[in-house]
Amino acid sequence: MADTREVTVTVNGESRTATVETRTSLGDFLRHTLRLTGTHMGCEHGVCGACTVLVDGDAVRSCLMLAVQANGREITTVEGLAAAVGTLSPLQAAFWKHHGLQCGFCTPGMLTSLTAFLRDNPNAGEKDIREAISGNICRCTGYQGIVDAALDAAKSMQEG
Amino acid sequence: MKPAPFTYHDPTSADEVVALLGRHEDAKLLAGGQSLMPMLNMRFVVPDHVIDLNGVAGLAGVRDAGDALELGAMTRQRDLMADAAIAAKAPIVPEALDWVGHFQTRNRGTIGGSLCHLDPAAELPCLMAAYDAVLKVQGPDGVREVPFAEWPLAYMMPSLGPDEVLTGIRVPHWPDSHGHGFVEFARRHGDFAIVSVAALLTVEGGKIARAAIAIGGADVRPIRLEAAEAALVGAAPSPDAFRAAGETARGIEAMSDAYVTSAYRQRLAATLVERALIRAAERANGGA
Repeated sequence: MADTREVTVTVNGESRTATVETRTSLGDFLRHTLRLTGTHMGCEHGVCGACTVLVDGDAVRSCLMLAVQANGREITTVEGLAAAVGTLSPLQAAFWKHHGLQCGFCTPGMLTSLTAFLRDNPNAGEKDIREAISGNICRCTGYQGIVDAALDAAKSMQEG
Repeated sequence: MKPAPFTYHDPTSADEVVALLGRHEDAKLLAGGQSLMPMLNMRFVVPDHVIDLNGVAGLAGVRDAGDALELGAMTRQRDLMADAAIAAKAPIVPEALDWVGHFQTRNRGTIGGSLCHLDPAAELPCLMAAYDAVLKVQGPDGVREVPFAEWPLAYMMPSLGPDEVLTGIRVPHWPDSHGHGFVEFARRHGDFAIVSVAALLTVEGGKIARAAIAIGGADVRPIRLEAAEAALVGAAPSPDAFRAAGETARGIEAMSDAYVTSAYRQRLAATLVERALIRAAERANGGA
């Protein structure tokens, strides 16, 4: 018989409870159980970074954490980055402006990673940003638009 | 790409972990999950039981014990990088951790997990080799201490019994005047090291008083360059002395894989040993 647990998490400010198989990753839990498909599962072994979400504010790979380990924690997915539906966070707006995405597969991981990184490193320069996303693989943009967007977002967030 | 079914356990004490290990055959301990989770996802490991250490009390934290740093096995790499006592006493630790994965994986990854996974390319085992760290292992008969030199038994196989858990690591202090250098070459930053080198050095009265050199990534376990360390003691810290120390690394046991030959690893080790020593000497007080 499958080993299951009841898991309660706060996702993007909303409390959600569900019963999951203990072998379920946090990423699959978000996508398949909670139907929050903004988080993308890519390599599922921690290399591509597409599945990055914030757990209690920290950027982590949701493919390398079990859903059961997130019990009681606060999760932010790409769906929760903007203040309200139909709006964009400063970082998301900068991605739009600088063509920081093409196919969009890596984008949720880029946005969650950079949201946490710029919060903790508001004065980050180009080199720091490139290192911050060195664990997020993008095959479309060549990273230039992403880096430009992050630099612009850092500037606009500092100017408030 | 999904783990096979297992039974999940979330004990809250090290005693309970040991009891669970004794009760269940084919159990894996889950620390930060940055190596075990990929292996579970890819079904390289298919354990019947997964014992999660994340809720175990008292396994995380950094304490300055006066003559050594006491690191809890579940201390996250991110917390090691930000710790003030480590920055003051063992600044090579954050320098090496900068090479470990990415900030997102360091948010979860732990020192104990890395030392038990014992990937040949991992930075933390190399560092602990340089320090002659002592590992504290709890089992059914109590706690035993394992010097790092006796920790790796074979490829990715630590001296850890099936009913034992690593609880802490003791990292002996070097004098505050010591210099350090951690250098690495990888295909890209955050990728597995092809070769990494950790060097610690003290200089007194213009002469090298003590040296430790560890090489990671070259062989199945970290290598200490003991002969080169001994040869450096008493010598002036000079480019010639460091080049000679590096040259001894051309004779180390080194692995070959699909991308990198053993001869290349040996040559790389020689260069990186020299660079790590130069950096350590620049940072050591007492050299002038």
